[in-house]
Amino acid sequence: MSAAVWLARRVAGAVVVWLLISFIAFSLGSLAPGDPAQIILERGSGEPPSTLQVEELRHRLGLDQPFATRYAHWLWNASHGELGTSYRTEQPVLSELRSHFPATLGLALAALAAGLLIAIPLAVVSAAARGTTFDHAARFVALAGVSVPSYWIGYLLILIFAATLRLLPVSGAGDLRHLVLPALTLGLGSAASVARMLRASLLDELGADYVRTARAKGRSPLFALIGHALRNALNPVVTVSALRFGRLLGEAVIVETVFAWPGIGQWMVASIFDRDYPAIQGFVLYIATVFILVNIAVDFSYRFLDPRVRLGAAATRAT
Amino acid sequence: MRQRLFGRRSSVVGLVIVVTLGFIALFAPWLAPNDPTLVEPSRGFAGPSAAHWLGTDNLGRDTLSRLLFGARWSLGLVFAATLLVMSAGTGVGVVAGYFGGLLDDVLMRIVDTLLSVPSLLLGLAIVGILGPGIDSLMIGLASIWWVGYARIVRGLVLAVRERGFVDAARALGASDHRIVVRHVLPSILPTVAVLASLEMGELVLAVSGLSFLGLGAQPPTPEWGAMLNDSRTFFFTAPQLMLYPGLAISIAVLGFNLLGDGLRDALDPADASRLRKIGV
Repeated sequence: MSAAVWLARRVAGAVVVWLLISFIAFSLGSLAPGDPAQIILERGSGEPPSTLQVEELRHRLGLDQPFATRYAHWLWNASHGELGTSYRTEQPVLSELRSHFPATLGLALAALAAGLLIAIPLAVVSAAARGTTFDHAARFVALAGVSVPSYWIGYLLILIFAATLRLLPVSGAGDLRHLVLPALTLGLGSAASVARMLRASLLDELGADYVRTARAKGRSPLFALIGHALRNALNPVVTVSALRFGRLLGEAVIVETVFAWPGIGQWMVASIFDRDYPAIQGFVLYIATVFILVNIAVDFSYRFLDPRVRLGAAATRAT
Repeated sequence: MRQRLFGRRSSVVGLVIVVTLGFIALFAPWLAPNDPTLVEPSRGFAGPSAAHWLGTDNLGRDTLSRLLFGARWSLGLVFAATLLVMSAGTGVGVVAGYFGGLLDDVLMRIVDTLLSVPSLLLGLAIVGILGPGIDSLMIGLASIWWVGYARIVRGLVLAVRERGFVDAARALGASDHRIVVRHVLPSILPTVAVLASLEMGELVLAVSGLSFLGLGAQPPTPEWGAMLNDSRTFFFTAPQLMLYPGLAISIAVLGFNLLGDGLRDALDPADASRLRKIGV
């Protein structure tokens, strides 16, 4: 299959998924208890509005139209980058999302990096010292790490590094020092799961012929592990890190609340408590769009970077 | 299978944790020394004593009793959610995998769609729209969490459908209903049960996380996540109030993870590798 055909198919599939998620996002607004017109008017004046005022606003917002018409209208606007106006901030939803997303993305990337920096040395030592007390301890820590709620780790870290040792700021954003605790909080969970997987993958590779060849050539066990086995053992780690990135963004929502990190999650939670329906709908569609595009990019790069995937069926048959 | 499960110390530890927590959840009213919602402001923030082993919270409620009743709420919600998503996901997966065709395409497209957004974020949006509360929490989790089961069950059914005993049943004139109920379901249920125990840890984190944000169980319900949310305000003056519920959540998740890992490895190797392949 040529690259163009593959890409065209992949994009067509993504368009169907995007349309379905847009329908879900829009329907969410219709599930909401209460009439948006009523909510907006009460928010404006603080008093219960008259029936006439409500009717008038309903007409102006198009709320008196049938569901299908409203959905078509919303979808048309959404596909042109128009996600409506937030009830809470009275700003266009898309520009709000755009201004908060970079902070969340930065946090998630920093967490991913922190996770790998902790996980790789831990897994290498664990695999090298297989069966020792260190290995058992490291494995238990990694299992505990995936079992502990990330926001709770956040509070423990605040208690130790900010409140007791006073090394780092408690919350907020500003210089890089503000990023350390939230990134570490979020990164520890992913470090634990990467370490678990990398250890297993390293032990698999250590049994492979090329490692035995390296040892036979006189390489030290440590060099065989780091110089030869680690490179191959990292392959599944890269795939799983890419897959875990979505989870990381989900957990970021909660961690942002703990550290008052000005990202998309904190904005979303504030929108929820303010019953800001356009913001919630826009959030779902925005996140889905980002993920759909990222998934296509990841698939595409696998296909053209990794010859085994590119050759597809032929390679599978040969092995 | 029993030997493979009980031969491992970690799976036994997991089983002990899960059974103990289940016991606490069932018998909380008899185990708890005090009423978990009894407010005594004059005894607020008390340290550990003979009457209150773990001290009291800001309203003078007994922390230990709240933790024990918390097992009932937190694990009860997770148990109910698991039953819901397991039956919904298995139903969809069996229908898609067994009948195939257009129905399969449509169902799997819906699954792909729900997987295109991180599940915690979509759950957050649904709970957010419906408004905070336990009902919204359950609806939010149930409408998303089934997709994982649906996808795995479909894969299992596709494999089982080609097996000889299904052909034999069909040759004997069995109806689709009979084949599914008597032959397909029994052969996939062990794997589904393992998946459920692995997923329960995740659900504990999701339920307590959403309650921690103030979207799930509401005060004065002694749910662990809600207790953490309650204690946030007093974090710097009374950090112990945040310590205990967090520990309880971690122990519960650890128990489910240990047990789930053990069950997975005790499964038939082919099914276990299928679960591992999808990163469970």
